[in-house]
Amino acid sequence: MTTTIQGIAASPGIAIGPAFVIAAEAYVPTKTNADDSQAEVTRFRQAVAQAGEELEKIRLSTIERLGEEKAEIFEAHQLVLEDPDLIDVIEEQIVNEGVIAEYALHEAAQSFVTTLREMDNELLRERAADVEDVAGRIMNALRGRKGSTLSSIQEPCIIVAEDLTPSDTAQLDLAIVRGFVTKVGSRTSHSAIMARSLGIPAIVGAGDRVMSLTTGDRLVVHAAEGRIVVEPDAEELATYEQEQQRYLQKQRELARLKDEPTVTKDEHRVELAANIGSIEDMQHVLDNGAEAIGLFRTEFLYMGRPSLPSEEEQYNQYKYVLEKMEGKAVVIRTLDIGGDKELPYMELPKEDNPFLGQRALRLCLARPDLFRTQLRALLRASRHGQLKIMFPMIAVLSELLEAKQILQEEKEQLLKEGHDIADNIEVGMMIEIPAAAIGAAIFAPHVDFFSIGTNDLIQYLMAADRMNEQVSYLYQPCHPAVLQLVKTVIDAGAQHGCWVGMCGEMAGDERAIPLLLGLGLHEFSMSAAAILPARGQLAELSYTSWQEWSHTALGLSSEQEVLELVASRTQSV
Amino acid sequence: MTSQTYTIVNPTGFHVRPIKDFVKKASEFPCKIYVTSKGKRVNGKSSLSMLTLGIAQNEEVLLETEGEQEQEAQETLGKLLTEIHE
Repeated sequence: MTTTIQGIAASPGIAIGPAFVIAAEAYVPTKTNADDSQAEVTRFRQAVAQAGEELEKIRLSTIERLGEEKAEIFEAHQLVLEDPDLIDVIEEQIVNEGVIAEYALHEAAQSFVTTLREMDNELLRERAADVEDVAGRIMNALRGRKGSTLSSIQEPCIIVAEDLTPSDTAQLDLAIVRGFVTKVGSRTSHSAIMARSLGIPAIVGAGDRVMSLTTGDRLVVHAAEGRIVVEPDAEELATYEQEQQRYLQKQRELARLKDEPTVTKDEHRVELAANIGSIEDMQHVLDNGAEAIGLFRTEFLYMGRPSLPSEEEQYNQYKYVLEKMEGKAVVIRTLDIGGDKELPYMELPKEDNPFLGQRALRLCLARPDLFRTQLRALLRASRHGQLKIMFPMIAVLSELLEAKQILQEEKEQLLKEGHDIADNIEVGMMIEIPAAAIGAAIFAPHVDFFSIGTNDLIQYLMAADRMNEQVSYLYQPCHPAVLQLVKTVIDAGAQHGCWVGMCGEMAGDERAIPLLLGLGLHEFSMSAAAILPARGQLAELSYTSWQEWSHTALGLSSEQEVLELVASRTQSV
Repeated sequence: MTSQTYTIVNPTGFHVRPIKDFVKKASEFPCKIYVTSKGKRVNGKSSLSMLTLGIAQNEEVLLETEGEQEQEAQETLGKLLTEIHE
């Protein structure tokens, strides 16, 4: 009978094949006295040297296979081999207590492993595996064992193990290893990260049950769903094989799109950008072929800390993002605090209605000190790439003009202080208040771009909190009234030569994309993971047809009707 | 003996990669180097001990150097503590 085991999705894909189980081998040396302490120290040093040579080989082959960045972990391992708090301590114990090297090594390594395992930061807990990896390598050298069990694999298989060390994972032979499953681990384990960069299906943290599998058991690993199917019947196997083929086909198409421009079937060009909240998102952005950053939410720089970030700190972060994008546009939104995002250290007065209160630019204009620091950091960073500055939560023109005035003052001040500032910084505004959307033509002559923030715009338009389950049904991105408003903004922008983008969730919604294309949206900014699928979808759409169909959508009377229209038109094409 | 306090700005805290750079640099100096965080003082030349400090962003750490080239070490390593390593 078929059984399934559930684990954590570490790296997507579907693998089908026999299991190869690596039994956990826990070697615990007993406290034994050595005959000659000096000889024991020498033996230990030789083992460390041998481990160092092995690591250097793995590091070099990893650079070749996966690049410098993935190989860095082995530099960290090499550093462990020179760590005075580990190596010196072991040598002292060998000399002072007269024990064998194996015992001293085990004791010292375990003390670090235990400390790291107990830390409250998951990333640090994962580092315990690094210590075990390095200590295991020295131990094997001491015991005269070479290489790992993995090198004995000859036939195509799915590896099942307690855990895979970073060096195990980096050395996997992709010609024969189809995927792996581990008992322990999390999405941030090194084995999981390595699996994602190797593009090999993997499930981690599947628990004790995987260790009861035996080598040769037929497995299906549906990694995206974290599901391991043991001994599937013929029918199930056929279904998974089909799904695997579809997945591989899709992957090939998407990978091909990564460095391609975004164009529709009839050669209309649009731009796909990424939304980010911190510089940690950058790798993901680059991996997914974003053509720009359409929204950098700077408030996260201000949150989860005891005091305001300094100009220098902000400058460094903005510079980092601009440099990583290598000249591609980066839209940075000025502080959007208030509403559901609070900063305890600012001690802002409690408001009855924070979403309608003094949030975002309203707060910045009331607290120019705060605002000016951020603008200075932005202006100084501008010379490191193509910066575009965006102001959030504008309702009336005077707010925009005041913000632009302050920006101008800071620019002049910085130039006076001798700083370099790019002279082509575009300035734009977010459209998230209905008054600004309806009145977009009022603002258009004063900005270079609009970016429609649909998450808030729809809430304000419908007067419904989408987090409130009782009224969340009113959150309808494809409602004709929302589409009409989007059209008003796009048309106003077009008349005054300013480009229009969208940075709300709607921009990455596959049901909304055809409509937004048809309405003439230029830039779609979404989470990085949505970019390649969106590029694939857009390549299948006809701009001319959707211009007509989205016009039809504007005349319908419910979101339901609009969605039915989209479904029927996308299927028939 | 020199000692100075720094605030960590690196958004992901001071972990594997920054520690690697720090320890490599620290090991080049002949003087003793200690890093203290949340009341725990460790050898700044040991990457494992530095990891066990679990230094997060915005945390304050004390850097002490003692012996030959202590001033130079304080300057070089202090700079590494306040840099963004990504």
